[in-house]
Amino acid sequence: MSDKSHDPNQMTGAAMIVRALIDHGVTDIFGYPGGAVLPIYDEIFQQSEVQHILVRHEQGAGHAAEGYARSTGKPGVALVTSGPGATNMVTPLTDALMDSIPLVCISGQVPTHLIGNDAFQECDTVGITRPCTKHNWLVRDVNDLAKVLHEAFYVATTGRPGPVLVDVPKDVQFATGTYHPPRKSDVHRSYAPRVKGDATQIRKAVALLANAKRPVIYSGGGVINSGPEATKLLRELVEVTGFPITSTLMGLGAYPASGKNWLGMLGMHGTYEANMSMHDCDVMLCVGARFDDRITGRVDAFSPGSKKIHIDIDPSSINKNIRVDVPIIGDCGNILGDILQVFKAEAKKPDIKAWWQQIAQWRARNSLYFKKSNDVILPQHAIQSLFEATRGRDTYITTEVGQHQMWAAQFYGFEEPHRWMTSGGLGTMGYGLPAAVGVQVAHPDSLVIDIAGDASVQMTMQEMSTAVQYELPIKIFILNNQYMGMVRQWQQLLHGNRLSHSYSEAMPDFVKLAEAYGGVGFQVHKPGDLDGAIQEMISVKRPVLFDCRVASLENCFPMIPSGKAHNEMLLPEQANDEATAKAFAGGKALV
Amino acid sequence: MNQPASAYFIEERHDPNETHTLAVLVQNEPGVLARVIGLFSGRGYNIESLTVSETEAQKHLSRITIVTTGTPMVIAQIKNQLDRMIPVYQVVDMTQTRRSIERELAMVKVRGQGEHRVEALRLADAFRARVIDATTESFVFEITGNTDKINQYIDLMRPLGLVEVSRTGVAAIGRGPEGM
Repeated sequence: MSDKSHDPNQMTGAAMIVRALIDHGVTDIFGYPGGAVLPIYDEIFQQSEVQHILVRHEQGAGHAAEGYARSTGKPGVALVTSGPGATNMVTPLTDALMDSIPLVCISGQVPTHLIGNDAFQECDTVGITRPCTKHNWLVRDVNDLAKVLHEAFYVATTGRPGPVLVDVPKDVQFATGTYHPPRKSDVHRSYAPRVKGDATQIRKAVALLANAKRPVIYSGGGVINSGPEATKLLRELVEVTGFPITSTLMGLGAYPASGKNWLGMLGMHGTYEANMSMHDCDVMLCVGARFDDRITGRVDAFSPGSKKIHIDIDPSSINKNIRVDVPIIGDCGNILGDILQVFKAEAKKPDIKAWWQQIAQWRARNSLYFKKSNDVILPQHAIQSLFEATRGRDTYITTEVGQHQMWAAQFYGFEEPHRWMTSGGLGTMGYGLPAAVGVQVAHPDSLVIDIAGDASVQMTMQEMSTAVQYELPIKIFILNNQYMGMVRQWQQLLHGNRLSHSYSEAMPDFVKLAEAYGGVGFQVHKPGDLDGAIQEMISVKRPVLFDCRVASLENCFPMIPSGKAHNEMLLPEQANDEATAKAFAGGKALV
Repeated sequence: MNQPASAYFIEERHDPNETHTLAVLVQNEPGVLARVIGLFSGRGYNIESLTVSETEAQKHLSRITIVTTGTPMVIAQIKNQLDRMIPVYQVVDMTQTRRSIERELAMVKVRGQGEHRVEALRLADAFRARVIDATTESFVFEITGNTDKINQYIDLMRPLGLVEVSRTGVAAIGRGPEGM
């Protein structure tokens, strides 16, 4: 016994959790205390290596951890209590699973002997979170805790990244056991994600690329997840081949928006040139994207004449929605490196002048056109102004979900990866504000802006209080049209303009709200005041709610209507006449 | 082309369904079966039969045999989705290899007297079913075979006084000297 009491690796479960965080290089965590995690909070209190950010709702902790992870490439960590603490994490966990964000959530659980008794604040956390995590664990023995925690970090950050959850009963937090630092054997032997691509497949891919007449590169969030090397290699591949490149919502920034081969984002609200290139191409190189339904449009009419190469670390992404010709399973950085090597050694830049001429014609359609007004701020204009004002600055952008998100993706030019945090797969309204909190914690001196909608931002508004408490000068730039804009747009286009419950009757005064939280509020109505107000917002070193009043019935175009293919896009000039007239007919009474 | 107004692209697929038997080797740990079943229910895949038991106690390995149906693309998805689960070691499509044996065991309770009773025993003999329990008015038969054979036997017992059936579900193993 006396030997053991001097063993520095003998400690309580709660102490192990903090020690494991430190051993994995975690400096900031987001959480909310409660009965079942008090021993862990007691340990946090007695140390200074891990900073804890107290949120106002566990969902905020999860999204903040996501923002932190996406802007740094490191795992985000959240700490929540049992029962409601855990159930409030379900949305961020699902969000992180859909968007492949490395997240480690530690949840408290009622003591082991009470599990299954419907104890106070008990819920089946591992049962509830099983389908919304990459993996989860319930730790019943303190001597398993170190191994599980190390495995949790490993699983979250390797292969296709994702959220994990470790549920720790309160008696396990109190119990003393043996801790060990991370080691290889902590991981399931059954878990071995493939990193290196198959050489034969890579040769097949290069042969297709080298002989392409109408190629397109379609990149996704996987490139960003793979790390800075993948981004570098992707840019080099574009340079070496001279191919046009488009990207998913998740992949923005991997190739710079100012780059000459950039087609803009693709998909439902992507540019005409990106979608037409996808439809008419003869060789498609998909890197780290998953042929999501917002991307493909009508599946049976998706890029009918092309040979498709698909690079993905997750074999289950292959042939899920679209049948591909050359699947390559592995890490996209690794595989892009191999492709480049073979291409440079054996192929030369294909002549695709005619293809670029065709693309130039599509580009000339100017699919992101909108008509500026002197009386009312157009939301697209607001984002352009914001982009111009922040260009060249050290800026991070988060968004909520809806029209503003699509406009942000269309009109804000991202030059670097990790600068764009948005809820892509799950489409979580309320993501952006807490995500901005997380980004600002990771980058205290950078400019962090949440491009928000008036409806989304009210879902997690309480995190303004967190921002004020930790002096995080996040800027919440609200495109306020008083509607749930995307819902209204769909109702207009698809449901006879019956605007069922998509109008916010009682909008709060965002300026007063900001002040009530201890932040700063702005309100702008006139296009002429916009640039000045944005400059002022940037110079304020406190949390800001910026109420940008925009045209209330503006629609987000271009758009692939439902059931249509990439080459059947609705462009702004086609949409404006009949469709918007219809909108005004029904909508006037409301505004 | 009669697309209802929707934010999703609603599409019907007409590829024919196939039935496949999958053998899944997993780490035997709490919740592992729930993970596998949850994958099927969560993603809308079918389970026609499911058999699970620990097969190598020292290594904590369990073997799950699942009979499922779906289009070839869905079957491929199921295999990939299973394979990427953390505690899953290996997924083998026993149908695709075409060199596997499938067996099921059923216990069949039949109640009757006179000619029915004699006929039940006669059929049991023809199907190589064993009597494992008997009273003056009932039998419990044990029968082993592939799913079709058991279905056929149960159908024959129905008019002879079938009371109850308990089946194990399908277990499968590859032919030849090689392991999985």
